[in-house]
Amino acid sequence: MHAVGTAGPRIDGMEQTMGRTKYTDDMTLPGMLIGRLARSTQAHARIISIDTSAAEALDGVKAVLVGTDLPITYGILPVSQDETALAVGKVRHVGEPIAAVAAIDAETAERAVDLIKATYEPLDTVASIDGALLEDRDLIHGEGKGLNVHRTAALEFGDVDEGLASADHIREDVFYFAGNTHAALELHAALATAEPGGRVTLWSSTQVPHYVHRTLAKVLEMPAGQIRVVAAPVGGGFGGKTDPFSHEIVAAKLAMVTGRPVKFTLTREEVFYAHRGRHPVLMWVKTGFDTEGRITACHFKTFLEGGAFGSYGAASLYYTGALQTSTYQIPNYRFEGVRVFTNKPPCGPKRGHGTPQPRFALECQLDKAAEDLGIDPVAIRLINAVEPNSMTVNHLRITSCALSECIERVAEASGFKEKFENLPAGKGVGIAVGAYMCGAGLPIYFNEMPQSEVQIKVDRGGGVTVFSMATDIGQGSTTMLATVVAEVLGLEPSDIAMVTADTDLTPVDLGSYSSRVTFMGGNAALEAGTAVKDRVFAAVADKLGAPIESLVAQNGRIEDAEEPDTGVSWAEAVALAIASGGPLIESGSYRAPKLAGPYKGAGVGISPAYSYSAAVVEVDCDPDTGIVTVDKVWLAHDIGQSINPLLVEGQIEGGVYMGLGEALFEADDFRGALHRGPSLLDYKMPTSLDMPPVEAILIDSDDPEGPFGAKEVGQGPLLPVIPAVANAIWNALGIRMDQTPFTPDKIVAALRDVARGKPGRFGPKEVPAFEFPPLIMVEPPEGFPTGRIHIEVGVS
Amino acid sequence: MTIQVPPVGFVSAGTLEEAARLVSDPDDRAVLIAGGTDLVPKLKRHQAAPITLVSLANIEAMHGIAITDDGACVIGALTTLSEIASSPDVPTMLASAAATVASPQIRNSATIGGNLCVDTRCNYIDMPLTWRQARGHCLKDGGDTCWVAPASDRCWAISSTDLAPVVIALNASVRLVSSRGERVVTADSLYRSDGINYLTKTSDEILVDVTIPATTARTSFQKLRRRGSIDFALLSVACAVDVDSEGRCDTARIVVGGIASAPVSATDAEEFLVGKQLTPEVIDEASEIASKPVRAQDNTDTGQRYRKWMISVHVAKALTEAATERV
Repeated sequence: MHAVGTAGPRIDGMEQTMGRTKYTDDMTLPGMLIGRLARSTQAHARIISIDTSAAEALDGVKAVLVGTDLPITYGILPVSQDETALAVGKVRHVGEPIAAVAAIDAETAERAVDLIKATYEPLDTVASIDGALLEDRDLIHGEGKGLNVHRTAALEFGDVDEGLASADHIREDVFYFAGNTHAALELHAALATAEPGGRVTLWSSTQVPHYVHRTLAKVLEMPAGQIRVVAAPVGGGFGGKTDPFSHEIVAAKLAMVTGRPVKFTLTREEVFYAHRGRHPVLMWVKTGFDTEGRITACHFKTFLEGGAFGSYGAASLYYTGALQTSTYQIPNYRFEGVRVFTNKPPCGPKRGHGTPQPRFALECQLDKAAEDLGIDPVAIRLINAVEPNSMTVNHLRITSCALSECIERVAEASGFKEKFENLPAGKGVGIAVGAYMCGAGLPIYFNEMPQSEVQIKVDRGGGVTVFSMATDIGQGSTTMLATVVAEVLGLEPSDIAMVTADTDLTPVDLGSYSSRVTFMGGNAALEAGTAVKDRVFAAVADKLGAPIESLVAQNGRIEDAEEPDTGVSWAEAVALAIASGGPLIESGSYRAPKLAGPYKGAGVGISPAYSYSAAVVEVDCDPDTGIVTVDKVWLAHDIGQSINPLLVEGQIEGGVYMGLGEALFEADDFRGALHRGPSLLDYKMPTSLDMPPVEAILIDSDDPEGPFGAKEVGQGPLLPVIPAVANAIWNALGIRMDQTPFTPDKIVAALRDVARGKPGRFGPKEVPAFEFPPLIMVEPPEGFPTGRIHIEVGVS
Repeated sequence: MTIQVPPVGFVSAGTLEEAARLVSDPDDRAVLIAGGTDLVPKLKRHQAAPITLVSLANIEAMHGIAITDDGACVIGALTTLSEIASSPDVPTMLASAAATVASPQIRNSATIGGNLCVDTRCNYIDMPLTWRQARGHCLKDGGDTCWVAPASDRCWAISSTDLAPVVIALNASVRLVSSRGERVVTADSLYRSDGINYLTKTSDEILVDVTIPATTARTSFQKLRRRGSIDFALLSVACAVDVDSEGRCDTARIVVGGIASAPVSATDAEEFLVGKQLTPEVIDEASEIASKPVRAQDNTDTGQRYRKWMISVHVAKALTEAATERV
């Protein structure tokens, strides 16, 4: 392979580095108006009135909208159509949009927003998991009072009671993972135009142009064919731009009303209110072990605080129970979960979607069990590690899997065993692992169509243009697609022209979420590229009189491998193919194999492949101040095959960075229902100066279904980092941090407890006495754990 | 969207006299601006609504560092924190404290005068407008309740100048000039423990320069913050101790910043140290004494309990470092 596996810059890297990339907010159109949203100052209230008359009368204001102008509900999941673009009837959190204005400039729009006066009748504010589980509070969704429960889940695989009864050692632990947010550098923005004929175009900083397209069609009551959605270059997403948003819908509507382009760019405060970040999750975990540390059964309870809307929450809930089995052989497994509504900005998916929280709990508990049993933290992970080509008890199909190698390599590179036993007080090392999906096995809305489609058009001069709706959010998907096609056609990635993320021009890819693009878009590109190559080879074989099987595409030529001198240039080859077969336009697609197990909720967690990671973190803790300094992170990642190792390492470093932020600094703290500090001064993220060195170790497991064997790297490497930090703090100071983030005040509090003879631990002590629904009992897969693994040969 | 600065007039004063005249009448709602790193974010958040900004940037006489014949260090108020952080002429403790303020970009713009006069902070006021409307405007924000201590009739916003504890510990004085004349006050007396009226300087007075007398004291500055890269102090401690030839403490200054509405001098601990050897036991005892009278409020990052605990830890760190400083 000449292109795949070669470390190189992104094909759009120079443009980005020089500041020439045009993000949505950089765009200006003639006559463009500036839009702003008026937002609720109430956490939970009935809207009595919204007076927009003064705003409408202000010079320079061209239109004002309120909720009744856009009454149709929407939401990213078909089961949670609970949002409106502007609040209708009531408001559910501070910062919820209640009205919108379009004006000639930002200053006028801002003044108009200040002139909009809403009056409210307050309702009970629900601001915690405990509060949501009280029966006498006003419902956030629905009328009257009652439990503010959004969704529940209760599943059992195998026999947990029996598994626990056979255990030699049982641990019960409670953990809390604080909510946090994506804080992408680029603020959300959208620009809309409406043509006199009725067509609407929306440019947006979105990860999911296809889903935004569907939402606009629904809410604006227009045929999808009259709407064009373009994802402009996105300055970071991390899951925060994966929902359809108020400002996108409102921009389109205001453009239709005014006949002029309308642009919205949110402020940082508004992005905190739009949110969709990491759910706060309270967890209770009971796990049985045999004397060697093998897990005999695990019972996992999760309580998710969802905020004011459904968003991805129904899926997030199941994700807090789905992937525990993807790393460790758990023969008996019970999962009970509940997601509640609260009057806070809505939670949703953030890098790792619903899995970093239980991963933190599981990896910390495993570390404690190792300590109890006198086993080292590396050994207990190896003895439980999932093996390739196996089924999990909850019906996940595991194919390629280099988990054990990740653990061994990262332990060796970091010198874990020597350091674990010998570092002086205050210094410590911790280890943890993780796994993540290479694309959700099912689309968000039920359909039988492919999850990714790619089209390739070849110009008569040999120019290759790839059309794909895959959306580059900084992860490098555009470069990945160009590399795959270049590999197939014997060209360089920089030779390929890319047209992406435009519903008018590109065939559907579902979007940049669930780490799906390399696996799904890459396979679609591979199929499309192969179709182009087949046509070109047929024409060249005919011309050269050589057998097709002996042709190779390399160095910009199509050559006979037996007689390289007889080949033709790529451009000549293309001309031959067009002459013989007409336009050289081919397409490819990918749909995941049908993998869902036989139970409700089985659609969450399935994926055509899983990436694996293991991390070792070394810390230096100041016992006086509680400040933790991370000296170094080693991270081994089973990538299957790197399409571009430089981008893979970049994603690993980004994942480590985000994980360290969540471990040590970041939390969405609230005073009641009010965010404690919706700004980047108060919301503490590490800066580049706070970042330790990262040693990335790439492991190729050659996935049987991935494009060239490739798997994901966008989300997986974050997962082990957070528990590895907690475990390193234990090794350094002898205290257990069972609640994120591990801020200095928590550490000092735990150390003071130790000094007073109490257990050195910071974390919650119990979970609410919530009655989960009856368990759905699910038989483990046939022949569990090995069974018969079906691997798709080739792509669809 | 980048939040806009609301429309405001701007005048650049050419001389100190002109600047003093421009801010002499409170009805003009003219405010002074130097580096702008404190004021401009407040304008964006609608925490202040002046009619005119009077820039001091072009007043040459207010720039630069000079050493007088008697060894005092005189620092013009417009000297930037970057210049101070890298200056061999200012006391070491001042340079090292200046280097911990904010980020390099901010230090390149921010001035020592601005830092000494920096507004008190509180996480009920230093918030965007929508947030403050949702919470209700606090006492410092034109409301009638301090949300930190609703039963209190004063504002509890926190003094967050990193340099004030340092110049107070070094017995500095500041020169204030107005169209009414000139006065020199001790740095200590520049501050008042009130989150709203936190300076004794009147709004028509311009802080022109800071004079730090020559000193033989051993010093140390300690700052507690969440991120080593950038953050306001959760707590800062400046200490300066003079020891005699026997190693006994002659005089001690211990000033705690970032914890109350004004820098707090730990006078009981200072008196306790006089005549004692700075042994670890003495330092521990002095640290406990220093932390006793200080109350922390719940109005910044991390809990008040933790910040209270950290006072003695940081006083001890500062005294220990000062005791071993080579002079």
